[in-house]
Order: sequence, then structure tokens, then C-alpha cells
Amino acid sequence: MIREVAIVGVGWSPFRSITPDLSYKEMMYEAAVRAYEDAGIDPRRDVDSFVTVAEDFNEGTSIFDEYTPDQLGGALRPNHTITGDGIHGLAAAVMQILTGHFNIVVVEAHSKASNILTHPHILAYAMDPVYNRPLAFHPYAIAGMEMRRYLAETGTPLEACAQVVVKNRGNARLNPLAAHAADLSVEDVLGSEPIAEPLTRLQCAEHADGAVVFVLADGATARALTDRPIWIRGIGWANDTHTLESRPWGEASYAYWASQMAYRMAGIKSPRNEIDFAEVDDTFAYKELQHLEALGLCRPGEAGWWTLEGATALTGEFPVNPSGGALGEGHLLDCTGLARVLEVVLQLRGEAGPRQLEGAEIGLAFSWRGVPTTSGAAVVLSN
Amino acid sequence: MARNRVAIVGAGMTKFVRRAQETSKELAWEAASKALESCELTLDDIDAVVIGSAPEAFDGVHMKTEYLSDGCGGWGKPVIRGFVGGGTGVLSVIQGWYHVASGIFDTVLVVAEEKMSACQPHPQGAFITIFDNITERALGPNLLWIFALEMNAYMTRYGLSKRDIALVSVKNKRNAADHPAAMLGDPNITVEDVLNSEVLAWPVQRLDVSPVTDGAVAIVMAAEHVARRITNKPVWVEGIGWNLDTAYWTNRDLSYPTYVEEAARMAYKMAGITEPRKQIHIAEPYDPFDYKELHHLEGLLLFDKGKAAEATALGITQRDGDLPVCPSGGLLGVGNPISAAALMKVAEIFWQLRGEAGARQVPGQPKRGIAQAWGDLMQVGTVVVLGV
Amino acid sequence: MKEFVYNCVSLSEEDFTQGRVLFETWKPVARYAWDAGIAIGRYLRELKNGRLIGVHCPNCGRVLVPPRMFCQDCFVPIDGFVPLQDTGTVVTFSICYIRWDMVRLEHPLIPAVIAIDGASPGMGILHLLGEVKPEDVRIGMRVRAVWKPAEERVGAITDIRYFKPIE
Ligand SMILES: [Zn+2]
Repeated sequence: MIREVAIVGVGWSPFRSITPDLSYKEMMYEAAVRAYEDAGIDPRRDVDSFVTVAEDFNEGTSIFDEYTPDQLGGALRPNHTITGDGIHGLAAAVMQILTGHFNIVVVEAHSKASNILTHPHILAYAMDPVYNRPLAFHPYAIAGMEMRRYLAETGTPLEACAQVVVKNRGNARLNPLAAHAADLSVEDVLGSEPIAEPLTRLQCAEHADGAVVFVLADGATARALTDRPIWIRGIGWANDTHTLESRPWGEASYAYWASQMAYRMAGIKSPRNEIDFAEVDDTFAYKELQHLEALGLCRPGEAGWWTLEGATALTGEFPVNPSGGALGEGHLLDCTGLARVLEVVLQLRGEAGPRQLEGAEIGLAFSWRGVPTTSGAAVVLSN
Repeated sequence: MARNRVAIVGAGMTKFVRRAQETSKELAWEAASKALESCELTLDDIDAVVIGSAPEAFDGVHMKTEYLSDGCGGWGKPVIRGFVGGGTGVLSVIQGWYHVASGIFDTVLVVAEEKMSACQPHPQGAFITIFDNITERALGPNLLWIFALEMNAYMTRYGLSKRDIALVSVKNKRNAADHPAAMLGDPNITVEDVLNSEVLAWPVQRLDVSPVTDGAVAIVMAAEHVARRITNKPVWVEGIGWNLDTAYWTNRDLSYPTYVEEAARMAYKMAGITEPRKQIHIAEPYDPFDYKELHHLEGLLLFDKGKAAEATALGITQRDGDLPVCPSGGLLGVGNPISAAALMKVAEIFWQLRGEAGARQVPGQPKRGIAQAWGDLMQVGTVVVLGV
Repeated sequence: MKEFVYNCVSLSEEDFTQGRVLFETWKPVARYAWDAGIAIGRYLRELKNGRLIGVHCPNCGRVLVPPRMFCQDCFVPIDGFVPLQDTGTVVTFSICYIRWDMVRLEHPLIPAVIAIDGASPGMGILHLLGEVKPEDVRIGMRVRAVWKPAEERVGAITDIRYFKPIE
């Protein structure tokens, strides 16, 4: 990159199943205050641009960007909303800084999933209204179909998917931010209620509420603000087709394209050797495996066996989702990707507490927008 | 300061219609293919895609970015959709600019699409939920309220009459008669027609308002070294600016759009403009309602506060006037498929600066123009200054 | 110029009534239960008690309404709730003859922004005016809240029926 970009402040409102004590504005405010304190900045004076990430139907408010500026300290300033995943928002901020016209940019995403009473209906609303929606199946069936195809193409055993859940919800026990920590066995996971076979209930990330705010800065500003900036080395994002009829069902091409873009920018040629750990979308357990392969961190068909051998465990050779991932922390809607990035930042800063990885220098975060989409975003960070 | 100069090198659009047979995706494709064709590029030449589209509730599709992606040429490419309500169309150009100016991408396809007709029984339904979920929605508000409240505040502050304001509607609908994509062009409309139209929410009457519309617009943006290979008439992005004011709109002075002024100042600073009234030759301010054009001309510092109506009455803002305003016909005349309408304004400046606006071409070979959009709860201004 | 415009297909009402085009319909099932939070939660509780309240910013000293946990201008937490009067001044108004779906109303609604007494200048809320002829409404008019009886109040903005002119 022609200009350096770093994360100089992080803040959050802890991830919880319900948050009846706070409005979404108050939740965002809590995360923002923490991030600004962390970065040592005053948003009313120092921030050049604010990026929020939100979807109208997740908020129950049309044109939701209206309600974003005040609680971030962004009133009467440049603000815009990205209708994507949190890492898309991060990309928007990185690009602004790279132009040379912005020195400090704030990124925010949140989830008030507990306020949505009709989740499956909202998700079904994302399907093609003419071809697919009239069939009236639960959108998770798309994940079921994809999982079956992935398992068939790669020969991955069901137990490997279950092991992802055991690992991630287990890791979450060491994470005070996580909403869904649990001590489970492979049998618990495979024996839970079938949702869309072969997908069982415990393989689907449960929702959580929460907010994450990042403060980004250009290299010179970052060095002036902090002695431990976390550098954004590369970022990438990509869409495959939305059409159910013509998408590749077994592989995650969007993850491949997005990560290739990020690796190119970061100058990474051999991701498995150069990257120390990853936070990877696991909103369905099989997705962690499918994504690890598409991200070039192992060969197709290898991720499951790798997981069963314990290589992706906290103590393994390549820890994946040390935070607990979405399975352990909770599915945070549009904020899910920023939760992945937050863990990478905490690990690289050495602030991950009991789940701290030894000597981590380069981490990868990857997010997917969930069914029925095929879009993803990747970011490579280093300390 | 700008390390990478960014140009617009192509533009295309669909006709604006009350109800299109095409799906949203198909409309997006039609505009995108016209834009690519206009600069003799194919999708293979495009590095990234920016989508502009206003609330999901119009199309009745959650995560509309993903749904529209294929139609916008997004397959296998980086795709981002940004959003600031009605300000989205111009924001998408700002986004296209930062994609290229970042140095990451050489070419970006920007597509703005809106299909309002899919929302039944009336697209206004999509606007019920723009109000505060707890303190306002229970009062049963509709979108016209906020315009009527703002228009009344503006008229009262500066002592303007309905007749002063109706002149804008007449000018724009007449201008639109020369636009091949226009929906409501009318060379014979009069001030009396506007003043006698149905009262919807006083002081707003039917002909003060732009219509519900389906349509899409696309432009191609490129880095300088690429732009010069694509065309010998690149139109440069000289300045960009945007600004979002507080959501507590009932706490603000509605008679003046401070957020538009802030956005304009940001763009002027970048473009090195110190005397906007002299240095800008042509303007496309956002005109979903006739008074908004006046409001915005003042916010853009092109006229003093409360003085834009007088300038309109003097003919200064006519196509052959000293400062042609909305020569396209604007939203009032061409139509208002929200985000696409605002991108249409940018396309208009592009065509005018290249001398390609046909029957709408303003005299005197303008060198610099401004496009502006507005949205949310009377809250956001988005501004792009273009020059040749 | 024409070469840049794609001629999309424009449909008329008859295309639908005569079945010349096909379409798919869907009624969204989108339901929410929003957490009101600290500031608005307290606002609603006081509305149930028949009172309007604002919040005080320790930095700029303004009294803001509707309540919020922070002052957006100073970006500091508010330091307390302040009782307000239930009277105020009309900042701007409209006389609205249509419903959201453009169906005409028999009796127009009069939405207004009302600056509340006891709050800082310009601090208005959105509400309706009642017990007044549309032609008599003026900007600057003094108004008072007309409350629902205590037993009908639920803790909502509609616990105030409307504001009416102060004679
Ligand atoms: Zn204050």
C-alpha cells in the first residue's frame, strides 16, 4: 500500500444474548467511548470521517444511517453507512485514508438481534423475490444444501464439523466478551435437533447483541497516537453470484477472491506459512472448514482432518477462532466481521488474556455475509 | 494533495418510468451496459463495483446489495454499497472516487438503481419506518410531513410565497422536455398549474413534488493514467464532500441546510474554490421538492440565504441564464428513482461539460459544475465538483 | 445523447389488470421489540406519569429533549434528568390531507415541531396539534399538551393526545 493504515483504538459493548438495559444508541455510545479512550482522541475534534455498517431490516428502521452519527460523536461531520459486513466498512475506511485526504476514520457496527422477533422471515426476505422466495423454505436450508455438497466433494466427516463447534464454544469460555461459551462434545453437537440436514442446531451460530468500534489512522498519525498500532497489511472483498441456480455449491469462491486480493496487497505468497492465526467466519460450523480451504490456509478437503487432529485448537499449530468465533461469541449480524477483527487486534496487542497466543505477529480475519449471500471480506493485520 | 486524480469517463442510464417491467437487477444491468458501451469498455476492464440504492423496503429485498450484485456487474469482483438515504446517488460517486484515489483500483463501475414501484400499495410505505422507532413512529407520520415542516419553516423565515417557489417546478419540468429519459417533461406547464394542483400536506402540493419512479444510472470512473487511454475528454472529480447532521431533527433550525454548507465547503476546499458563485458554471442541486432546489442553492453558497427564489424569478437559473440550475430537468422533471436520480445529476454535469447534452446543452462551454444530493431526516448533504 | 439511454419497458395499469404481465407478491413479516434503553426508557415512564422530561449536558449546559444519554455536540454523558413543562411554542407545522399510502383523509392532521418550555431554545419534539382550525395555526403559537387520562396512559408518546392552543 502507498500509505500505511493502522488500527489505533478499539472499543466494544460486550456480546450478550439480550441487552434489555441499553438502546442500540446507548450500546454504540459505550463502544465508541471505549474506542476513543483507547486511541486517546476526541471525536468532535480529531475524526475526519465516520463509517457505520448496518442493514435496514436488521434494525427495523428504513434509511437507518439517519440514526448513526450522534452516539459516535459524528453529528455534522462526514458519515456514511455501508450495507455490508463490518469488514466491508473497514475497507471503506482504509480506502479513505489511502487517498491522503483523511487521517483518522472511525468504523462502527452493531447487532440488536434480540430485538428482531421474526428472524427467519427477515432472512427469507433476502432471497430472490420471484424465483426463490415463493418456495417458502427456511433460508438455513441453503446452508444445509451447501454443507452436504461440501462434505461430498471433499470427503470431510461430519465429526469434523462438530469438532469446530466443540473447539469454538470451548475457546469462548476463555473470552469474557463471548455470549455462548459452552463445554460440548461431538456427540452433543451431532445429536442436537436437525435444522436442515446434515446441519444440526448446535452447528448454527446463535445470535447475540453487541457493538464494536475501531479508530483507524494513517501511519504518521498512528505512531503519534500509540506505541502499539496494529497495521492493516492487506484487505480484500468479493462477491460470487447471488443466484442459487448457478453458484458453485461446494466451494467458497468469494473467500478465495477476497483473500487473494488481501494477500496481494500484503505481499503474502504462502498464507499458511506467513500467517500465525486466523479468525474465520464460522456462522455455520462447516463454513469454518470450507473457508479455511478457500483462504489457502490448507488444501481442499484438508480442513476437517486438520481440525480433528487439533491443529486449529488454541494450542495447535494454526489456531483458528481463538475468540470462540461466531459460534462462541454469537452471530452479531453486520458486526460479525468486526468481532473477528477485534480478536485479531487483541491477540496482536497481547491483550487476549487467558487465550493469548504466544508470539503472534500476523493474523487474518475473514467474514461472510451469511445465507443466502456469497460475499466475503478478508483483512490481514500485523503488530 | 490528491495523489491520484480521478476522472469520470463514461455514463449511461435507463429511461425513467413510473413502473418498469424490468426487475431491479435488469434495470441495473441496462444502465451499467450503457455506461460501459459509452466508453467502449467491457466488464473485464472493471476492477471494482460500487452500488448505490436507497432503502431495501422499496424492492422488498433484505441485503439488497447482494441481490443487485450480478446486475451491476459484481460477479467475481469487489462490491460495496454505501448508503445515506436520498444522498446515496452522489455518495456513490464519492465512493467511486475513494476506490480509485486510494490507489487500489484503476477502474470502478458505479451503478445506482431504484425500483420504487415494487413497494405496494404505495412506495411511501417504505418511509413510515424512517421516523424514530419509539418517540415518533407512534404518531403515524408520513414522509410528506418532514418536507412540509421544513418548507414552512423556510418560507416563513424568508417571507417566500408559494408562487416564488413554484417557479422552480415550472423551470425543471420544462427543462426535462428535452431529456430523452425524462418521465415528466412538460414544455407548457405554468405556475398556475403548480399552484392549482392538489394540496397534499400544506404547503406541499402535488406539482411541488417529484414522482415515484423506476430507473437506473451508471458511470465509469478511472485513475488518470487509465482515463487518458479511455477517452480524450475525461471529466475530473475536483472536489468531494459529504456531511450528516444529528438525527434529532426536531432540535435543528430547519430553515437552512447547514449540513449541505459543510459538505460544500469540504468539496470547495479540495477543489480550490474560493468564490463558488464565480467559479462554478452549472449546478445540479437536489430537487425532490421545488423548495429544496432553493434551499440547496443557498446551502451550496451559490446564493445568499433566502435569495435563491429571487434569482430564479430573474431567470438566472434558466438553462441560458448566468448560472444554469438543473438543466437536466432534475428530479421534478426527469423523475426521482432516489439514488439513480442523484447519479443522473452527476451524469448530467458529465455530459454538459463534454458538450454532449444535446438539446439541453447550456451555452458558453461550462468548465466546472456541481452536483448535490440530500437525504435522511433533512440531514445529509453529498457534493461532487466536476471540471474539465 | 439518446445513445446513452436504455429504453426500458414502461408498464401501464392495464398491463396488470388485463394480465399482460405476471408478478409475484409477498407480505413481509418483520416484527421488532426495541429496547428503549436508559434515556428513552425514563422518558416513556415519565410520560406515563403525565410529565415531560429532558436531560442536562454538564458541558454546554443545554437541556435537551427528547432525552439521550449523551450530548451529541459535546460527546459527554448527560448528568441528569430535568422536569419540563407540558407547554411550548410551534416551531413549524403542516396541514396534512393524505395518509402514508396517499389516500385522502377526511379530517387533515396537523403535525408540528413544538419547542418545549423548560428545555433550551430550539429543543422541539414532533407531535400533533388539536382543538384548532387548520387556518388558525401559526408559527410561534403557544400550545399545551392534552394528556390521556392516567388510567389510559401506557408509557408512549401517544400518552399526549395532541397539543392545543393556549388561550
Ligand atoms: Zn453539550
